[in-house]
Amino acid sequence: MQNLYLLVPLAPLVGALVAGLFGWAIGRTLSHLVTISGVAVSCWASWLIFRDVQAGHVYNGALYTWMTVGDVHLQVGFLIDSLTAMMMLVVTFVSLMVHIYTIGYMRDDPGYQRFFSYISLFTFSMLMLVMSNNFLQLFFGWEAVGLVSYLLIGFWYTRPTAIYANLKAFMVNRVGDFGFVLGIALVLAHFGTLDYAAVFAQAPALANQTISLWSGNSISLMTAITILLFIGAMGKSAQVPLHVWLPDSMEGPTPISALIHAATMVTAGIFMVARMSPLFEMSQHTLSFVLVIGAITALFMGFLGIIQNDIKRVIAYSTLSQLGYMTVALGASAYPVAVFHLMTHAFFKALLFLAAGSVIIGMHHEQDIRHMGGLRKYMPITWLTFLVGSLALIGTPFFSGFYSKDSIIDAVHISMEQGMPGAAFAYYSVVAGVFVTAFYSFRLYFLVFHGKERFLTGGHGAHADARHHTAHKDALHAVPHHDEAQSQEEHEHDAHVPHESPWVVTIPLILLAIPSMLIGYFTIQPMLFGSYFNGAISINSSLHPAMAILGEEFHGASSMAIHSLTSLPLLLALSGVGLSWFFYMKRPDIPAMLQKRFHFIYRVLENKYGFDEFNDKVFSGGARALGRQLWQIGDVRLIDGFFVNGTANLVAWIATQIRRWQSGYIYHYAFAMIFGAFALVTWFVRG
Amino acid sequence: MLAGYPILSLVIWLPIISGVLVLATGSDRNAPLARILALVGALVSFAVTWPLWRWFDTQTANMQFSEFSSWIPSFNINYHLGVDGISMPLILLNSFMTVLVVLAGWRVIQNKVSQYMAAFLIMSGLINGVFAALDAMLFYVFFEAMLIPLFLVIGIWGGPRRVYAAIKFFLYTLMGSLLMLVAFIYLYFQANGSFEILAFQALPLTMSVQIMLFMAFFMAFAVKVPMWPVHTWLPDAHVEAPTGGSVILAAITLKIGAYGFLRFNLPITPDASHYLTGFIVTLSLIAVVYIGLVALVQGDMKKLIAYSSISHMGFVTLGIFMFNSIGMEGALVQMISHGFVSAAMFLGVGVMYDRLHSRQISDYGGLAKNMPVFASLLMLFSMANSGLPGTSGFVGEFMVIMGAMQVNFWYAFLAASTLIWGAAYTLWMYKRVIFGAVTRKEVAQMQDVVPREFVILGVLALLVLAMGVYPRPLTEVIHSSVSNLLAHVAQSKLP
Repeated sequence: MQNLYLLVPLAPLVGALVAGLFGWAIGRTLSHLVTISGVAVSCWASWLIFRDVQAGHVYNGALYTWMTVGDVHLQVGFLIDSLTAMMMLVVTFVSLMVHIYTIGYMRDDPGYQRFFSYISLFTFSMLMLVMSNNFLQLFFGWEAVGLVSYLLIGFWYTRPTAIYANLKAFMVNRVGDFGFVLGIALVLAHFGTLDYAAVFAQAPALANQTISLWSGNSISLMTAITILLFIGAMGKSAQVPLHVWLPDSMEGPTPISALIHAATMVTAGIFMVARMSPLFEMSQHTLSFVLVIGAITALFMGFLGIIQNDIKRVIAYSTLSQLGYMTVALGASAYPVAVFHLMTHAFFKALLFLAAGSVIIGMHHEQDIRHMGGLRKYMPITWLTFLVGSLALIGTPFFSGFYSKDSIIDAVHISMEQGMPGAAFAYYSVVAGVFVTAFYSFRLYFLVFHGKERFLTGGHGAHADARHHTAHKDALHAVPHHDEAQSQEEHEHDAHVPHESPWVVTIPLILLAIPSMLIGYFTIQPMLFGSYFNGAISINSSLHPAMAILGEEFHGASSMAIHSLTSLPLLLALSGVGLSWFFYMKRPDIPAMLQKRFHFIYRVLENKYGFDEFNDKVFSGGARALGRQLWQIGDVRLIDGFFVNGTANLVAWIATQIRRWQSGYIYHYAFAMIFGAFALVTWFVRG
Repeated sequence: MLAGYPILSLVIWLPIISGVLVLATGSDRNAPLARILALVGALVSFAVTWPLWRWFDTQTANMQFSEFSSWIPSFNINYHLGVDGISMPLILLNSFMTVLVVLAGWRVIQNKVSQYMAAFLIMSGLINGVFAALDAMLFYVFFEAMLIPLFLVIGIWGGPRRVYAAIKFFLYTLMGSLLMLVAFIYLYFQANGSFEILAFQALPLTMSVQIMLFMAFFMAFAVKVPMWPVHTWLPDAHVEAPTGGSVILAAITLKIGAYGFLRFNLPITPDASHYLTGFIVTLSLIAVVYIGLVALVQGDMKKLIAYSSISHMGFVTLGIFMFNSIGMEGALVQMISHGFVSAAMFLGVGVMYDRLHSRQISDYGGLAKNMPVFASLLMLFSMANSGLPGTSGFVGEFMVIMGAMQVNFWYAFLAASTLIWGAAYTLWMYKRVIFGAVTRKEVAQMQDVVPREFVILGVLALLVLAMGVYPRPLTEVIHSSVSNLLAHVAQSKLP
């Protein structure tokens, strides 16, 4: 079994190395074959491991010792339990789908091999992250996925927007990692180990430990550790205010938006908190903080989705909002629910992104939904799968998203009834969020697939906005173009008529649509209320009874769905869909009118609440201004100007003075000699 | 097993003799011969360091491979050599870097080739002497002597302001080392006429004397590290130095300062070291934060990397003065790692400079298009410079942050802020140089790395990765010596 564990991360790594280092030699087909086989092997092995874990075999062991310092052993090793096994399956499955899809999407890109190498490297990194049994390796995976994300957002490195976005993503994540690494350091300083099992075993003994950060003040050690770790999660999982990088990350090719910026990497923070549940359970302050941050993200990022016109950005804001839901679940101590939503979301969000990518190919690289419409008759498979994804996202009963999202709402509701600080705010936010989600999701759906065809005619991209225009020019070869099958089609129609995508694109859509529909129904009972997560996630039920009460109220997946038909969330979701239909299909003049009437609100949303501007001016600009001042005043003027050159000038000045004594006149020297001799004699005589 | 062989003498004198031989080839008419001779000399000199690694006993903190013979009997000055886990890796690093430097100057240096190559070979031997000397006067001689070839390298093969930079460098470093000499002479009398460093370490000393000695050593070594505020010679020296000079300067000579703290300040004046911890920690943290911010606004790539070096060396001094094993071992790991990474960064700038003859970031942009191999390698080194896990740059920083947290939350807090600064200045530079559209036709004509450059950078890349993935072999070598040093420092030497 251990060799199988090793195979899971190593197979994609080998694929990445082969495609990355020798892609130029082995060509495109071999490159994608080798990476896809790597991920396929990994996925298959994950399945075997999953079955094995279900049979009760949990593994926790070291691979090799990274280093030994004092009596601290820092090791690289695996912890394979139910939580890990589930994550491994999700990661490898979505990754496999994305790999296959990429064959079609990146078909004409000159960086084809490089792209496959990166996504396989990502899969390796993500697996190292989820399979880790210690904080050090977790941090390795954490940063490695960040690196690959950086490389992929900037994949089209000639685009100014892409290389701005990737640096921004990396820097914002680094701010989170700053907290994360301090959290890890606190763990090591107080526990003397970075091994999960050893840390969790010692945690109860340190539950009441306090640390003093400044004199006369002390805070609970567990609160400090968990807040710092959660700051890391806020970066990776894009929680307000560290969310700013995720919408911009849409500059990357669409397959990675699906894999990295929706399904897997961004959920690493959620996974990490669930993994650390024994620690988070010990700090009520942290949980309330988590709850509030999650609720803000869930609701306020949803609002931003409403006014976006770029198909990928709408989905990106939806991802932010859904990550907020997961975070809320964590804060309510409903870790299994958070992970459950993570899983369902991975399927339906990957589906939505890939379908959006299919739309983008079909529309010849148009991303503005104002120039789409009526696509359902041109791309039926994309249309139907997108619809499935949207229905899952808004929580339609029996769809996977329904089970996870409804459970979150119920869990928060219980926390609110328990009087947990922040829970009331969180509850109203997530309930309101249901309406918002339904509204922006179906606004997108209607504008893309229904209604009038609003395609731009004439020169391809000629009327697209400036950003896209330059992007196309820069990356003329860096974006997939029409393939042969399509060019045939294009002879029959106008060259700019949308078309359905090739099978390598649609097959992954279908394969993702199936779990998006079904997986919630079949897995909610074992995952949330069965014993699946026993041992992997620990909850202090006496303090945080949300999961326990949820379990008492649960009477099967079907009855949960039927019961919900009369519930508030469904009503809100339906009205969201209805309103978007009315606004965008029936009376498109209303949103335009509202935009004028409520111009101020529109401006606020359009500026994304001003986070970007603030960060640019205060943090980015501030750091540069400070650096310039320190350099010019500190280094150049003070140290070099005053001390160094000042000393040199002083020496020069003294030398000038002394030089005057070397006058060359013999009587000066004679006088000095006589004076000196006199002084010496005096001194000797006295001594 | 190797008791009879004077390995350390070979390690010191072989490169020096090779250097003299290279010098003997004379004028540039014989440049090809000088190059080949220099490469062979550097390779053989590196090869003779292999026994140091192979037969090093990791279980002991005692000096190994010791050699002893009388040098100037009238002052009881001896030719006493030996290495422990602190100095041995530095000797290997130095001998290895010399090979790279010879290769890096292969084509670029067309003027006074034999002198250039000889300077580096002789400097390599002298630096090995610095790390191996166990007699204070012998140490002092090597310490001062190694400045001369470096001074010449900057002053002869440097840029337009090379004379200013060379003199600034020389005066800065000379100022400190004179005080060190005074300290040595004082200790000589205290130790009843012995210049043995190990004897110095055993001397009981009063607090006020310890503080005076500490400051004398501090002046010598802080300039070398360099610590804020005596750092301003380094950016100037780097900017004017040829690539090879920058590599040795960053990779090796800065380490001499940190080595001095470990060999002299801590063991000879342990009480003063504890007493003055706050002072050193403050300067180190200023180096991390202040210098990190200053690095951010540099427009000259070499200056940027020079400031980055100062910031990274702040981690070294911080780790040393945490007085715990993870911090101090982290400092040593950081020294070795910084040797690889800073050398690679300077070599990378050298690759670009050789093609475009500019160090200004604004003159570049879009190199990834024509130089994909170079761009990939530089990406790796940039990530290592930003401390990404999986690269060597992470290991030392991580350990020092861990060590700092055991002492004080805010030390760790300020140190960890390098995650932000380091990434910001490194990746912002990378973005402006490598990414983006090619806007200048000169840039469009730049060719990717040639095989010689590829080998140099590729070897460094492998080392950076290997050390990041499996740092244990290195930490095992340094472990016993650090434990011993910590135990020694923990005991008061007050009479």
